[in-house]
Amino acid sequence: MTSKIEEIDTYYNIGYVITTLDLSVKYGGRYAIKDININIPRNSITAIIGPSGSGKTTFLRCLNRMNDLISKAKVEGRVLFNGKNIYDPDVDPYQIRARIGMVFQKPNPFPKSIFENVAFGLRINGVKNREEIERRVKHALTQAALWDEVKDRLNHNAYELSGGQQQRLCIARALAVEPEVLLMDEPAASLDPIATARIEELMIRLKERYTIIIVTHNMQQAARVADYTAVMMPDEDGVGKLVEFGTTREIFTNPKSKKTEDYVRGRIG
Amino acid sequence: MSRVFLMLDKIIHYILLFGISIGVLMLSLLLVTVVTDGWGRLSLGFLTNPPSANPDKAGIAPAFWGSVWVVGLAALISLPLGIATALYLTEFSRHERLNKIIYFNITNLAGVPSVVYGLVGLSFLTYTLGLGRSVIAGAITLAFLILPVIIVASIEAIKAVPELHKLGAYALGANKLQVIARVILPQSLPGALTGGILAVSRALGEAAPLLVISGLLFTRKTPAGLLDQFTVLPLQIFNWVSRPQTAFRELSAAAIIVLLILLLLMNMSAVILRNRLQRRVVE
Repeated sequence: MTSKIEEIDTYYNIGYVITTLDLSVKYGGRYAIKDININIPRNSITAIIGPSGSGKTTFLRCLNRMNDLISKAKVEGRVLFNGKNIYDPDVDPYQIRARIGMVFQKPNPFPKSIFENVAFGLRINGVKNREEIERRVKHALTQAALWDEVKDRLNHNAYELSGGQQQRLCIARALAVEPEVLLMDEPAASLDPIATARIEELMIRLKERYTIIIVTHNMQQAARVADYTAVMMPDEDGVGKLVEFGTTREIFTNPKSKKTEDYVRGRIG
Repeated sequence: MSRVFLMLDKIIHYILLFGISIGVLMLSLLLVTVVTDGWGRLSLGFLTNPPSANPDKAGIAPAFWGSVWVVGLAALISLPLGIATALYLTEFSRHERLNKIIYFNITNLAGVPSVVYGLVGLSFLTYTLGLGRSVIAGAITLAFLILPVIIVASIEAIKAVPELHKLGAYALGANKLQVIARVILPQSLPGALTGGILAVSRALGEAAPLLVISGLLFTRKTPAGLLDQFTVLPLQIFNWVSRPQTAFRELSAAAIIVLLILLLLMNMSAVILRNRLQRRVVE
C-alpha cells in the first residue's frame, strides 16, 4: 500500500487522469472483470475494444461509480481520479458523476425541450442564474456541433430530433456540466454511418478539452479515433481481463499478445 | 380448410358484436329508466334542500355534501400515501422477496369486499380510536379501500419510466431525490393520478362500508366538521328506493342522475389532467 501523497506523485503529475489498480467487479459472487490495471492519459481518446461479455461496459461504469446503482455489483480495487480513489468512503458519488460524464449506447434525451435537456445537469448542480444557464447551454450545444441545427427551435421536444442529433444532444447535456472526462458506451451503435462519422469528428475535436474513454464493438472506429486502445477478453472462466493496452498504432500493427493479434485480425470475437 | 376459417372469421365478428350490444343495451336501458323517472324531480331546490317527509320539498343537500367531504378527504389521504408507497416499493426497498410479498398482499387487498373495510373501520376507527360515526372515520375507511388500487396504478406508472432516463440523470450528478422529483414523478404522475381518480370515483359510489360506519340513512344536517355525523349519496338513494311511494322512487332516480353526473365529471377530469400533465412534461 502506498500512501496518498505517493499516489498523487506517481499518477497525477505524469498526466494520467484516471488510473485503476487491481479493479475487479463481482456480480452476486461471480467476477465480471478482474484485476484491471490501466493508466488513462489526459486529453486523449482511449478506446476499449473486445468481444461481447468481456466486461467493457462493466469496466466503464466503474469509472464514474454507475455500478453503485446496481445492488448486486460489488467493486474491489481502486480507481484514482486525479490521484484520489473515487471509492474512498469520503467521496460523494454524485459529485464524481458530475466531473466524469457519460454518454449511453442508445440516445436517451429526457422527454423535455432541447433547451431543458442541456440545462438539466446545470439545474441539478445548483446553477440558478438564468443568463448563466442560457450561456452554458449555448456553449455546450456549440461544442457538440448541434447549435446551428437547433438554435431556432430550442423549445421543441428533443424527440423531434433524428437519432444522431439526439446523441449529440446527449453529448451536449454531458458537456454542459463541464466534466473532465467523458465516458462513452458505444455511442454510435444505433446510428447510421453518416451520423457515426459526425460523432467521431466531434470526439476528435473534443479531446482538446476533455479526456474521452469510449467502449466500442467496432474496431475500425477504434482505429480511426483512438490514441490509445485497450483490449479486453473473457478468460476461460468468462471473467473479463485486460489483455493489452497501448497506443492504437501498436495494438493494430504490432500487438504483443497473440490473443490481441487474433482479435484485431478478425480471427476471434 | 381456409373456407372454414373464413366462415369462422365472420361468425366471430357477429358473436363479439352481440356481446358488446348486450352491454350497451343494458347501460342505455338503465340510463333511460333513470332519466325518465328522475328528470322531473331535478331542480336547484333538490340540490339545496334537506330530505323531507314531503317529497315535493325533499332534497339531497346533506348527502351531497357528505359525499363531497368523505370522498374528498379520502382522496387527500390516499393519493399521497399511495404514490409514496409505490415510490418506496419501486425505488427504495432493496429486499426483493419482501417486496414481492408486500405487492402480492396489496393486489389481494384490492379484491377484499368493501363491507369488510367498513367493519374494520367501525371496530378500529369508530370504537377503538373513538372517532365515532364521523366524517373522518368514513374518509379513512374509504381511503384504505381505494389505497391498493392507487398503489398498483402508481407502481405500473413508475415502472414505465425508462431505466435509461434515470441513468441519464444519475450520470449528470443527480442524487436520488432529484431523480425522483425531476425524472420519475413528472413522467409517472399522469398515470398514477389517472388511476387514482378512477379509484376515487369508485369510492364515490360505495354504499356498503359507509352504511356500516355512518349507519345514518336519514339526516337533515349537512356536515360542517371532521367529527360530524354524515350520510352520502348512495345511502340517500338506498333510503328513498326502499320506500313504497312512487314520489320517493322518482327522488332516488334524480339522486342517481346527480351521482352519475359527478362520476362523469371525475372521469373527465382524470382524462383532462392526464393530457395536461403529459403536455407539461414535454415542454
